[in-house]
Amino acid sequence: MTVPPDTETTGTPEASVTIESAPKEPARPVGLGVIGWLRWGWRTLTSMRTALILLFLFALGSVPGSIFPQRGVDPDKVAQYFANSPTEAKWLDRFQLFDVFTAPWYAAVYLLLFVSLAGCVLPRALSHVKEIRRKPPAAPRNLLRLPYGEAFEGGLTVEEAAAKLRRKRFRVVTGPDWVAAEKGYLRETGNLLFHVALLALLFAVGAGGLYGYRGNVLVVEGDGFANTVAAYDRFMPGQRVSAESLTPFSFTLKDFQASYVGSGEKMGQPLDYSAKLSVQDTPSSAPRDVDLKVNDPLDVNGTLTYLIGHGYAPTFKVTDGKGQVAFDGPVPCLVDDQATYTSECTIKVPDAQPTQLGFVARFLPSTVPNGNAWVSVFPAAVNPTVQIIGSFKGDLGLDSGQPQSVYVLDSDKLKPLGKMSAQPAAPLALGETRDLPDGAGKIQFTGVKEWITLQTTRDPGRIPALGAAAAAVLGLVLSLMIRRRRVWVRMTDRKVTVGGLTRTEGDSGAFSEEFAELVSLLRDSQDSPDSQAPQAGDRPAAAPVEPSTGPDEE
Amino acid sequence: MSSQVNTGLATLSDQLILATVLLYLAAMIGYALELAFGRVRTVTAEKRQPVAVGAASADVLPSAETPREPEPEAWAVRAGGIAVVLTWIAWAGNLAGILTRGIAVDRWPWANMYEFVVAICFAAVTAFLVLMTRQPIRFLGAFVTVTAALGLGFAVLFLHVQAGPVMPALHSYWIAIHVTAAIVASGLFILAGVCAILYLIRRDDRASVLPSRKDLERITHRAIVISFPIWTFAVIAGAMWADRAWGRYWGWDPKEVWAFITWVAYAAYLHARATAGWRGKAAIIVSLIAFACLLFNLIGVNIFFSGLHSYADVPS
Repeated sequence: MTVPPDTETTGTPEASVTIESAPKEPARPVGLGVIGWLRWGWRTLTSMRTALILLFLFALGSVPGSIFPQRGVDPDKVAQYFANSPTEAKWLDRFQLFDVFTAPWYAAVYLLLFVSLAGCVLPRALSHVKEIRRKPPAAPRNLLRLPYGEAFEGGLTVEEAAAKLRRKRFRVVTGPDWVAAEKGYLRETGNLLFHVALLALLFAVGAGGLYGYRGNVLVVEGDGFANTVAAYDRFMPGQRVSAESLTPFSFTLKDFQASYVGSGEKMGQPLDYSAKLSVQDTPSSAPRDVDLKVNDPLDVNGTLTYLIGHGYAPTFKVTDGKGQVAFDGPVPCLVDDQATYTSECTIKVPDAQPTQLGFVARFLPSTVPNGNAWVSVFPAAVNPTVQIIGSFKGDLGLDSGQPQSVYVLDSDKLKPLGKMSAQPAAPLALGETRDLPDGAGKIQFTGVKEWITLQTTRDPGRIPALGAAAAAVLGLVLSLMIRRRRVWVRMTDRKVTVGGLTRTEGDSGAFSEEFAELVSLLRDSQDSPDSQAPQAGDRPAAAPVEPSTGPDEE
Repeated sequence: MSSQVNTGLATLSDQLILATVLLYLAAMIGYALELAFGRVRTVTAEKRQPVAVGAASADVLPSAETPREPEPEAWAVRAGGIAVVLTWIAWAGNLAGILTRGIAVDRWPWANMYEFVVAICFAAVTAFLVLMTRQPIRFLGAFVTVTAALGLGFAVLFLHVQAGPVMPALHSYWIAIHVTAAIVASGLFILAGVCAILYLIRRDDRASVLPSRKDLERITHRAIVISFPIWTFAVIAGAMWADRAWGRYWGWDPKEVWAFITWVAYAAYLHARATAGWRGKAAIIVSLIAFACLLFNLIGVNIFFSGLHSYADVPS
């Protein structure tokens, strides 16, 4: 890709300098061999027009990534899409529209773009190195013909003019009766830095993907977690991550607290989440207390753990038909309604005798009666109850070897217990026990715990990526804010002419001010005050002249 | 985290914003009167001789163009002057509205769509006023104030939510960095967008109250050149915040996707301008495509997609 050129060409042939302006559309080779075609292909790929088209394709290709759910972002939504419209989903999947940002066609666009970029930036960097070493070109014959020109009378010497311009940080070359000065090389440096930084950013992101991993896990209050692959509910490693390389930290979730707005229009809106962890950085280190919050992850040697979500895990005690306690513990429930934290619970009791038991229940954190039903009105557990929606007996299907969700009862082989009534029974209050029909036993709602979901991330590319991004911004600012400009001074018989030019777009106004300042600086050294008389042919002196019209000029 | 809201101040803020809308409208009328009855820029403006403009600096808009026949009505020019004063007052009202809201809720006042849009309108007017102190761009006044009035009106009518505390995810100093940068960049992009639209309206073969296409294009370019690095910074700051809050710095959330698309589109504009054959109208159209992406990202994404940025609290 061609970096926006500085286009340093001027109307006067003496001063004409070209900093590799955009290559023209290459002519199609006729009768050239393989080499010719390759060369033509390379020039076409690295031309600005191709780069522009690739940029547009890059943007356009990203659009479906925002329209369709993405597997990398929200796999559940993709599954839902497949369930809702299978045919459409199948076709979308054929074009990898659920994996846009990892799709080969998307990679093709950005890899071509970055090859094009490299193919332009590298040769330009070489020519810029030469450019930096080169001295400013000699003064053109008629300085007043330059975009900015001015003349005055005075006895300025070459040495004086050179010293003044040097003090203004110009690079200066002198001749017998002229001074040439140039400034603003950092513009092209910044331009190249920006584009090289983008390449570096791509590599950092890629390296992070290869050598990093992400994992999600749900932890109930009182439970612990150790950073091993097996402990995660979902583990997404990069290709170069081995199970042994995981940082060996562990923690226990001692308590989770959420606070909510208690009244007014925003009632129920969360205010703050806080998870109290007891963390061991290594198996042998002493535990330390950590207050894990949103926006404040736990950092163990570069492995970061984030608080992502939370919910309720009511505890149940199920006694089976034989009088044995078949289940006693928390059941994490899926949040059904974020505003009230009404949650759906699935209780599986595989150890129940004589048959396995399963329950579908609804957890209401702040229960109030509403007609014949009960609803939750607030997300905090002010008046928690559990409504048993369905009780089942039979084979839970856990032994079939087929993986199944803990949040769904595979009810094909399950039969409802007793008669299903249209009216759900009154909810169980805390500590309340209900006998099951058919002498299947009883279930007790024993308590309320909370669960949190955590994400653990290790991304060795994030710091390099940040460095590359910072370099890109720096380069961008340099390349957009600095202007490259040249100033020449020529002295003949007590007549001084000053000429200047800049080809930076839209900045000529600022340069005209700078030019006027430089002229007055040069003029100020004059010992004869009468030298103020303007003299520039028929043109009013001290007047910057409209820039000459060239093909590339502003 | 306190959930206390100073309702008196919050109400004052709402009233200030309403007053601001009216003031912007009044200013818009002033600017429009000046445009309608003021000086007409003639066709010859484009063909001016270099020496003729010599007195002005080359980048300053041609104000010394010879008006065709009638001298501009004095009262029309005065209307423009009054409009400038009104814009400054409205700007102060806008600022006061933002500040009172912030104080009322004791947090940065751009945490939901309403507050965000109010702040962007403020940024756009600020960009216009600041630029006007350096360049003669008063002709833009009517368009900028009407845009700001429409934006604020839209926010008041459709996006308004009661002042209140925000989600825990927004409790971060990054809101001051990321959202502020996004607001400043958006304000400048809006200015550029207004100029780009005027460019398409302006026809150089006719006399018009508008400046020449060349000048409009220059202002468009200038505004984008300033705001593009700020937008880049806003996106990077967003990635750094995401790294703190969500466990990854980039995850292709819809807002991230569209911020990226917007960035690529404006980058394409900057490259297009540097390429022969894309200057002028083609480049302006690219800038408008980028502007459309920006607007969609600011408003559309929150309405049409659900994602991690959906706490922006758009009333349904």
